[in-house]
Amino acid sequence: MDFVLGHYNYWIAIFLMMVGFYTVISRGNLVKKIVGLNVFQVSVFLLYISIGTVTGGAAPIITQGIKLYSNPLPHVLILTAIVVGVATTALGLALVVRIKEAYGTIEEDEIHEQDHSL
Amino acid sequence: MIENHISLLLVVIPLIAAPIAAILPWGRASWMLTLVVTSACFVLAGLQLWAVVHNGAISYELGGWAPPWGIEYRIDALNALVALIVSAIAAITVPYALLSAEKEIPKQQIPLFYSAFLLCFAGLLGITQTGDIFNVFVFLEISSLSSYALISLGQRRQALTSAYQYLIMGTLGATFFLIGVGLIYAQTGTLNMMDLAQRLPEVTSLKTVHTGFAFIMIGFALKLALFPLHLWLPNAYTYAPTVITVFLAATATKVALYVMLRILFTVFPDGFVSVTPTGDLFLLSGIAGVLTASVYAIYQMNVKRLLAYSSVAQIGYMAMGIGFASFKGVTATIIHLFNHALMKGALFMAVGAIIYRIGACRMDNIEGLGRQMPWTFGAIVIAGLSLIGVPGTAGFISKWYLVLAALEQQAWLSVGVILFGSLLAVVYMGKVIEALYFKPASEANLSVKEAPILLLAPTWVLVFANIYFGLNAEFTVGIAEHAARALGVAAK
Amino acid sequence: MSTTTLLLLVLLLPLLGAVGIIAARRFPNIREGVTLVTASLVAVLVVIMANRFMSGEVFALTVGEPLPGITIAFKVEALGMLFALVAGLLWIVTSIYAIGYMREHKEKNQTRFYTAFAVAISCTFGVAFSANLFTLFLFYELLTLSTYPLVTHTDTPAAKKAGRVYLGILLGTSIGLFLLAILVTWSVSGSVTFTQGGILAGKLDPAWAGLLYALFLFGIGKAAVMPFHRWLPAAMVAPTPVSALLHAVAVVKAGVFTLLKVTIYIFGSDFILANDVTGGLIWVAAATILLSSLIAMSKDNLKARLAYSTISQLSYIALGAMLASKSGLIGASMHIAMHAFAKISLFFAAGAILVVTHKKLISEMDGLGRAMPVTFGVFLIGTMSIIGLPLFGGMWSKFYLGLGTVETGQLLLLGILMLSSLLNVAYLLPIPIRAFFSKPADGKPYTKINEAPKTILLAMVITSSLCIILFFYPDPFYQLATLAVGGR
Repeated sequence: MDFVLGHYNYWIAIFLMMVGFYTVISRGNLVKKIVGLNVFQVSVFLLYISIGTVTGGAAPIITQGIKLYSNPLPHVLILTAIVVGVATTALGLALVVRIKEAYGTIEEDEIHEQDHSL
Repeated sequence: MIENHISLLLVVIPLIAAPIAAILPWGRASWMLTLVVTSACFVLAGLQLWAVVHNGAISYELGGWAPPWGIEYRIDALNALVALIVSAIAAITVPYALLSAEKEIPKQQIPLFYSAFLLCFAGLLGITQTGDIFNVFVFLEISSLSSYALISLGQRRQALTSAYQYLIMGTLGATFFLIGVGLIYAQTGTLNMMDLAQRLPEVTSLKTVHTGFAFIMIGFALKLALFPLHLWLPNAYTYAPTVITVFLAATATKVALYVMLRILFTVFPDGFVSVTPTGDLFLLSGIAGVLTASVYAIYQMNVKRLLAYSSVAQIGYMAMGIGFASFKGVTATIIHLFNHALMKGALFMAVGAIIYRIGACRMDNIEGLGRQMPWTFGAIVIAGLSLIGVPGTAGFISKWYLVLAALEQQAWLSVGVILFGSLLAVVYMGKVIEALYFKPASEANLSVKEAPILLLAPTWVLVFANIYFGLNAEFTVGIAEHAARALGVAAK
Repeated sequence: MSTTTLLLLVLLLPLLGAVGIIAARRFPNIREGVTLVTASLVAVLVVIMANRFMSGEVFALTVGEPLPGITIAFKVEALGMLFALVAGLLWIVTSIYAIGYMREHKEKNQTRFYTAFAVAISCTFGVAFSANLFTLFLFYELLTLSTYPLVTHTDTPAAKKAGRVYLGILLGTSIGLFLLAILVTWSVSGSVTFTQGGILAGKLDPAWAGLLYALFLFGIGKAAVMPFHRWLPAAMVAPTPVSALLHAVAVVKAGVFTLLKVTIYIFGSDFILANDVTGGLIWVAAATILLSSLIAMSKDNLKARLAYSTISQLSYIALGAMLASKSGLIGASMHIAMHAFAKISLFFAAGAILVVTHKKLISEMDGLGRAMPVTFGVFLIGTMSIIGLPLFGGMWSKFYLGLGTVETGQLLLLGILMLSSLLNVAYLLPIPIRAFFSKPADGKPYTKINEAPKTILLAMVITSSLCIILFFYPDPFYQLATLAVGGR
């Protein structure tokens, strides 16, 4: 029981990861795939941030009288990763718009059908 | 002064040039800028390799912060070689791009095209230069995002769907890598590769580290298009603008392979590959990749797609070299990494010349063109022979070392697969050559003229490189052995 | 002229000729002139070279070092000299023949034909003079590739199909087996240089030697040992001069020549004899000799019958190599030359018949001998030499091969050689006999058919006289053969 509760942050991350991954794989709608991808990425961000926590540590801002800080490095890393994630989402959505213009649909199976009937 | 900063300049110059290229008013001005930048980087990368070979590894502290706190650029023979390949291919591709891009890409998008190209270039160089594992992720995404955009510029609408497919799979791969890095960071508390190499031996028995390692490998296997994670590659290479196919085929997978080598042999302690089933998995995936992708290539009707499947097969050879986990195997992989860039670059360029003239490259479109375009045809024949591995070409050198590495381990099955793979290459290249030369030309094809010199010259530079490095492998083999030693693979 | 210059000149002159042929493509007469001049120069140079070689000069040249320890290098030794002498002398004769044949037969793409031909000859010299297995393999592959356009010369679907078989088998065996054998040799011994006495003794476990030899035997597809012989009949779609020089002399002999080189200079005959390396494999060659003779009997197409006869004769040489005894090797080396002169005469005659009468089938040639006496006379001489009758050069090589079997005590093999000679009689001799003594199918003698053009006749007469001269004067080839076996 301790094992389950003690690692709750991991369980949340893994749960979100699987939800996101499953959405990417199973959904045929191109926008939903990108949503899934976002969930997947965010789960990793959470994983990183939770790793950075130090039990009993304060926020990493230098203040007098505080000796124990949480590790700030993962936060900084994830800040970068979030920017990358936003860019990916933007590019992905832009592609979806172009695909909609070219095919008139954003459903994967209908796109395949059109390409094969060419 | 400058020579101390070469390592940084290689990344910074294209990164700064990219936005400038985007705002320049004429396509040709952006092209000129790109040409200057890539040529400059080529020279710098050459200097860097020379410096590394003669003076030993370079360590560059970004912003003066000492590692492991600051980001360190650490260059040894392997990254210097990969950086040279990337910048050399870029410098050869850009002259080729002028006409090819004007033909295939709408005029108003050309400055943006060069801007994205420069970003992709900067990203790839960044991956090779950096000694910080999280920095690899950042540069990886810079190059990936720009290559998704570049692929989507292809003429047919399938370019959009292939770019989308690549985006999904590429992002999954990058995120997997991120997870792996996170898990390893949690155990070691460092992101600097050299520092990791110091700390990892203490913790390699931990499950977390194994899991992190697996995530990193899967992530990069996706970027590398290692069989069976190669599904995005044939579509992306087929529908991307030709210039981009040339560039990505010759560089992107090579850089991904470099990261794998670095993590397998430098970051993780020597012997980790053989203790875990990693080596066997690489070997298995390599063998399956060589056989399956070569057979797929035989049945393709689109020449670009055929070559794309052949790329997957060639990546299989490189994976086999890693799988042997020996000095000879890694040397063979690095040699093939270099030689494959030469042959695939030349082949895609020659096919691009055909597309430039007739706008298509299906088997039934290109019939009889060999007589109309003798120089293009000659390039395809010679580069094709190199792909097959005929002696006197660069491809032979790769095969020679790969088979020797396999013989050393008495891996007879692998030996058979490598040689059988060459025979399959005979079949699929034979199909292309037969269509070009032995089928009668259609009415429309009879009036086709030879491609312009601006397309032919870069192609033939690569073709000559194929022959030169086939007859004089001193450079390739010397550097590859140097690089394998720098990686820390024990020489037997 | 220094030895290096002479060696380089012999290697490069045919290539220069090829360039000249392309340059003169618009003027057929000049183009053919270039071919003739180049071929005669090469013939003269090869003879000079042979003379200087016999007087003890050393020809060696290193061009480059593609891989550490592995060079592209040439070194003339006796066996290579013998092979080059045969190829060089016969190129000029074939060129004379080809000019008559190609014009009379109104072939297309003649420039491509002469160019590829010259390149192929250059590659043949490369094979003959190579100093190590790597160089040999390089030119071996180039020879395959340069002869491919000659096989597919007519551009018909049948020619393309034949071309595919040709490339498929030759590249398949060479990359799949021959290259593997070279790599194994390199990884075992750390050398691929042809060395007197071999390089494998003491380094290779004798138990594996047989397997390695098998890789070489089957990998060298040009030697056409069954089951990798199908390319040779397929290649017969090529114009007759190609079949004559390349697929009876240069290409196929490059195969058995390689096998001999491997036997003498890589394995070393002592190593083979001491460990019985070829004990089982020799029966593959023996079986090829008999089976292909039997197949030859069933072929009505003249060129196909000759092709199967070539396969059978090539295995004589392979068998001689695998006997690995002194006489066996001498016989095998001499058979390279003796068979070349006889078989090229046969092909020349077949081509002459084709050009004049457009007949390909043996059954249609009854009674033709009286209309074309010279052609069938040549055919008869070639036949006798192949059978190995006295008064013809072919006798000597068969004699030494037979001696080789006695030397090693393999009397069953001697029986097979004898039986094969009988089969030769059965499938070759009836052709000229029926041509001279049978009546034409419709009962009327041929009146409108004359002999072939003069250049064709000239070439045929030269080669067939050589068959006879070599009986009385086999000395140059015999000496080279003994030198090769004895060590220089």
